[in-house]
Amino acid sequence: MARALINVPASAKRGEVMEIKTLISHPMEPGYRTNSTGEILPRDTINLFVCTYNGEEIFRAELSPAIAANPFIAFSTVATASGKLEFKWTGDNGFSATESVAITVE
Amino acid sequence: MSLWPRSFVLSCGVPLFGAVVSVSLAIGGEIPLSERMSGYDFMSRGTQAMQDDDSANPAMLSVLDGEALWNAADGATSKSCADCHGDARLSMKGVAARYPAIDRAGSRPVDIATRVNICRAEQQKANPLPLEGKKLLAISSYIGLQSRGMPIGVAIDEGTRPFLQSGREMFFQRQGQLNLSCAQCHDDNWGQKLSGAPIPQGHPTGYPLYRLEWQSLGSIQRRLRNCLIGMRAEPYPYGAQEYVVLELYLMWRARGMKMESPAVRP
Repeated sequence: MARALINVPASAKRGEVMEIKTLISHPMEPGYRTNSTGEILPRDTINLFVCTYNGEEIFRAELSPAIAANPFIAFSTVATASGKLEFKWTGDNGFSATESVAITVE
Repeated sequence: MSLWPRSFVLSCGVPLFGAVVSVSLAIGGEIPLSERMSGYDFMSRGTQAMQDDDSANPAMLSVLDGEALWNAADGATSKSCADCHGDARLSMKGVAARYPAIDRAGSRPVDIATRVNICRAEQQKANPLPLEGKKLLAISSYIGLQSRGMPIGVAIDEGTRPFLQSGREMFFQRQGQLNLSCAQCHDDNWGQKLSGAPIPQGHPTGYPLYRLEWQSLGSIQRRLRNCLIGMRAEPYPYGAQEYVVLELYLMWRARGMKMESPAVRP
């Protein structure tokens, strides 16, 4: 199972810019490397990361094979309303991971 | 370079019989205590920020795995680490800071990973976890985290002294096709550049740690293996006593420095 770490302020003032940091465990195997017997290690990467805020998409990143293992993605958004931030990573071999964090906006 | 540290030469005024047994260990390292620096201090600000922020430190993902393994029943006895040791945040506090330690049964120094495998064999009746494998590194990092910020202090007594001495000899022993000793880089030339990267003092303050070059967590044995290959010496297999003895000496050399486990290094 993929482990993920999410860092979002527990509460924020309305209109405040808040930083969101995400980290997920994934090998991000690019598909160009060989093993000790010379066979190509098949590509295994995360291809897409999407963050939604109360159902509305606020951030999307397309990941390429050049991105290092355990991708760390940080971005910011404006706190508009209390609710839920949802994070979804999808990738090769049916990889899918989701996390969600509640936020209180005053 | 003189064979003995300057401080040793200066102290030769004192009776030599004491020096042979204990003083050679008691003064040891060439770097004065006040000038010691963690590998952290040689890193770029970006990499330091990665270590400072637990939500950016990829080693913390392994810590989560380690916590789950700590609480998971395993082996023929269906016991978990927590069944004997309880809450690791209390029972494992400061443990990694005083390892390697002498194993009661074998009267040899063992590191945290081997200690975990001894526990697995004796208490859980479980198979040993492969050295340098994800699971063992995860448990080690979870145990290491509980000593974060605490001063390093391996035991210095009759049990450890012969191993400290042989670890010290290894540190000063030239080896490999390049005919280098650990001391030539990490005592004599720290702060200089090797292939564009700063040479640190070689204090094992943050193991197991996440190396960006490895893109994974690794133990000090993997790091020492790197160094041995770099000096074109034949590396020992994982788990070799030589690594543990050298780690013991390095931990003694870093005595009093703060634990950073699980650290991040370039």
